[in-house]
Amino acid sequence: MKAPSVPPADVVTAGWWDATREHRLTVQRCVECSGVQHPPRSLCIHCGRTDTLRFDTAAGTGVVDSFTVVYRSPVPDTDVPYVIARVRLDEGVICLTRLENAEPDAWRIGDRVAVDWVELDDGRALPVFVPAPR
Amino acid sequence: MNGTGVAVVGVAESDLGVTDQPILGLQTQAITRALDDAGLALRDVDGLATTGISRFSATQLADWLGIQPKWTDSTFAGGSAYEMYVARAAQAIRAGQAETVLVSFASNQRSARSRSLGGVVEAHTPEAQFETPYAPLYPLSYYAMAAQRYLHEFGATRDQLAEIAVAAREWALLNPKAFRYGAGPLTVEDVLASPMISSPLTTADCCLVTDGGGAVVLTSSERARDLRRTPVEVLGYGERTTNTSMTAVDDLTLTGAVGSSADALVRAGLSISDIDVIEVYDSFTITVALTLEALGVCGRGEALDFIQDGRIRPGGQLPLNTNGGGLSYCHPGQYGVLLLVEAVRQLRGECGPRQVAGARTALAHGTGGILSTHATVILGVDR
Repeated sequence: MKAPSVPPADVVTAGWWDATREHRLTVQRCVECSGVQHPPRSLCIHCGRTDTLRFDTAAGTGVVDSFTVVYRSPVPDTDVPYVIARVRLDEGVICLTRLENAEPDAWRIGDRVAVDWVELDDGRALPVFVPAPR
Repeated sequence: MNGTGVAVVGVAESDLGVTDQPILGLQTQAITRALDDAGLALRDVDGLATTGISRFSATQLADWLGIQPKWTDSTFAGGSAYEMYVARAAQAIRAGQAETVLVSFASNQRSARSRSLGGVVEAHTPEAQFETPYAPLYPLSYYAMAAQRYLHEFGATRDQLAEIAVAAREWALLNPKAFRYGAGPLTVEDVLASPMISSPLTTADCCLVTDGGGAVVLTSSERARDLRRTPVEVLGYGERTTNTSMTAVDDLTLTGAVGSSADALVRAGLSISDIDVIEVYDSFTITVALTLEALGVCGRGEALDFIQDGRIRPGGQLPLNTNGGGLSYCHPGQYGVLLLVEAVRQLRGECGPRQVAGARTALAHGTGGILSTHATVILGVDR
């Protein structure tokens, strides 16, 4: 996909976006209860603590929970069709993303996927997913 | 059957379809017609619940109507807000904070061309950083992913899903106010051949985009007995709030309607098999399948088998979305208020060729956002 415009990070999400500069996908994990969550928050949704969250590097692999092929984009000058998906990372959290590097109609729920990166203009990168190497 | 001691005493629609009216013009139509229906006047209204006008919706409406209500609510929960307002109005009336509450909504989204495929994005929300950059259609792509997951998990087909749109059209052909009244029947083939927007959903799996609005007047059951219309008692209500993001809910096929409807039925002292007419928000065909299962009308994964053979069409065993629904009657966005209007009319026996004979109980279930908010109201008449 072409690089979209993405709002700047804030103090809560800065750690997650900073990692994307070196193409590292992270998930927020609570060091007390080991709960994981996405997107980043300023409290743990599993135990409620506010000072126990850190960004763990994720394996960068997961499975397609569901997807949809979009034929009419809300964003002008966007090439269609493209594939929007929910990917369940191996760490357990679900990310919204794009599926790339395969024909839109070839995707199936349950497909294994691996992270890839779309470079943003400001040095950050946006994670998308592609078929996992066999 | 338990009552809450609060009843609906007036309902009305504004003009529907393409109106070239401003939002407050449509609100005025719905409100004045609903008050006429109840035999009440604006000076009787001391409670207002509405949204979709401005940031200060109820306040704006009070100013517009020239009243200073004792109680207002502008809970913003998309299409489920109006079922929530009925619950809160019932509580406010029982508590003595208001005597007569007006619940209303209107939109001119078709005339004003105000609806965008991507929805409204607020730059400070997590979704703006983590979802919007991928350009999902909002809300459509979420419902499409729910549909894709549903078809995959339960081995159902798009043909079966299309029956929901086909049945809605059959009901709309009986409702002169329906946008598709006179459009002729819709077939499964028509649905499948319509332009695909966000797979597996085509334009015919999606609700209409029209102008429209409605209003509902509530007061105590005691006072309702002295008014013009057969009082329609609020028997029960319930709600759930689950997500704003597309990733928070673990299972796309399991919605907050499960808890919302269970609470409403318990409060009413009824089971789902006691309900004569069901009006559920049909934002998309899949919404209906998920909601029917959540209500307990059938088991999980069974809805699309269950509705075949005309069961939800006029004359079928399960009268559903009897006005033609958001799919074929009217969808001004936040359609929830019109679910209540139709449920009340069915219980008052006013629906002409689409009337469900002898209907005594009705369930209205509103859904907002991306299966984000759910609210159920159960209504009944004593006869």
